[in-house]
Amino acid sequence: MTELCDLTASELGAKLRAGESSSPEIVASCTARIDALDDSVRAFLTRTDDLAREQSAAADELLGGPNAADAAPAAGIPIALKDVLSTRGVRSTCGSKILETYVPPYDCTPWQRLSADGGVLLGKTNCDEFAMGSSNENSAFGPVHNPWNLEMVPGGSSGGSAAAVAAGMAIWALGTDTGGSVRQPASLSGVVGFKPTYGLISRYGLIAFASSLDTVGTFTRSVRDAAALLSTIAGKDPMDATSLDTPRRDYAEGLEEGVAGLRVGVISEAFGEGVEPGVRDSVRAGVDALERLGASVGEVSLPHTNYALSAYYLIAPSEASSNLARYDGVRYGLRVDGSDSVEMMTKTRGAGFGAEVKRRIMLGTYALSAGYYEAYYGQAQKVRTLIIRDYEAAFATYDVLVSPTSPTTAFPIGAKVDDPLAMYLNDVFTIPANLSGMPAISIPSGLDERGLPVGLQLTAPVLEESRLLRTAHALEQAIGFDARPALVAELAA
Amino acid sequence: MPVEIEIEHVARLARLELTDEEAGKLREQLGAILEHAARVGEVAAEDVPPTSYAIPRSNVFRPDELTPSLPTEEVLANAPEAEADRFKVPRIVEVE
Repeated sequence: MTELCDLTASELGAKLRAGESSSPEIVASCTARIDALDDSVRAFLTRTDDLAREQSAAADELLGGPNAADAAPAAGIPIALKDVLSTRGVRSTCGSKILETYVPPYDCTPWQRLSADGGVLLGKTNCDEFAMGSSNENSAFGPVHNPWNLEMVPGGSSGGSAAAVAAGMAIWALGTDTGGSVRQPASLSGVVGFKPTYGLISRYGLIAFASSLDTVGTFTRSVRDAAALLSTIAGKDPMDATSLDTPRRDYAEGLEEGVAGLRVGVISEAFGEGVEPGVRDSVRAGVDALERLGASVGEVSLPHTNYALSAYYLIAPSEASSNLARYDGVRYGLRVDGSDSVEMMTKTRGAGFGAEVKRRIMLGTYALSAGYYEAYYGQAQKVRTLIIRDYEAAFATYDVLVSPTSPTTAFPIGAKVDDPLAMYLNDVFTIPANLSGMPAISIPSGLDERGLPVGLQLTAPVLEESRLLRTAHALEQAIGFDARPALVAELAA
Repeated sequence: MPVEIEIEHVARLARLELTDEEAGKLREQLGAILEHAARVGEVAAEDVPPTSYAIPRSNVFRPDELTPSLPTEEVLANAPEAEADRFKVPRIVEVE
């Protein structure tokens, strides 16, 4: 039997409006699922059960009242937020010891908009420390386990949000995507992960990692839900100077229009060495499905693909080393005493940051230091231009590009922790969309021979969210992915 | 070839205390990562302009209006040490 917590937000929205179920019932279903599974999955760092009960009661009043017809899609739907998103009065740790006790005095804009629409907060999800990682093993509070196989990683850095949605512990969730941190865990966890155009969603209250790349993204169990969630949180925000001057609108409009005549480019570089056969076959089958739906398919080369990873691992750590200078033991978080302020700061940061964060701060500090700036950071910024030109050339011929989201399916916890370069290779197909600011989405395309989910990535030009979502929706309907983690299926049995 | 890095110098710039073990590991790992990353130098010609933001914006203004600041009490509640509505830090100037 399917529980309420296994339905999509749009299915639940219909039930809520028909009076067939209530928001408190949906919350109870999610919290029961968390109780049942989260001791083994470890998706949540902080639960907000009391708040969820209050907010769901308020949402029920809205949905049962005279203005029910005006209620937004998010009304009464429980959500989980990655712990890098600030929530007033609710601890926000970034998965780091240095912020273990930090309680933000304000809300991030996405949550402000969700709560104004009647959204319900279930809690804050586990993630790689300061969103740096591809496996969720860099959390100071322990790894998240993949609901499809508890010995595997869920991907990262938004691993908790991905696992929560995959296991029915939340209906949908927010994460952040700097180099693939929404799409890659969505791929490894069998859910829909969507990174919109850079600047479409305000980052006010998102605790910064790499500011020219950081993007808020969504985890859902359908493309329709991704469109609804984006519609709730997107649009100009005076509190974020990088937010784009886009009006708020309904991104679900035109979702059913199909892909007949659409020109689909398959990225040749994304099917080469290092891509697992199970991934390649599943994504190829997805491409065939698009062709059957009436799209025209061709191969396209993005010649600088192999340099994107190198550029990213200079640009992101450089920006991180600057952003993370704020953790100095003065205004918030951990402080380790020292004889003077410099010693205090140095000891605080030494004790508060984990290994990956230290690695990236060191990498970025070096890349920006006198004598090395031009060779590393300067050159990386030029490569960024070349990547953007590659994509612009491809989009002159094609409307949407296809690749695997990640070269592999989920890998065992511990398998790559001692080899940072091998870990960074997980992001090879997701990074270009961050460097170029383009919207990209990962949808489940099937299971590999071990029963682990494969993700297919679609990329569209800047601000072509509608085209991207329409394509993803058509493909999702054609694929009909309805597998569920054994862990969840066993609960029902 | 792996890149040689003066770890202690970089750590000092980053205000980051490292154990000897951490420093040794970082020397090796950063050397390998930078060897890979240095490939950015192979492709970008002189005439390629750098990109700092994919979607560039400049001079983003908003109306200069007074709005309430964050509640002092909630802000200072996060401070490791506070006194008289201020953050407290170790002495940074000598008093005669």
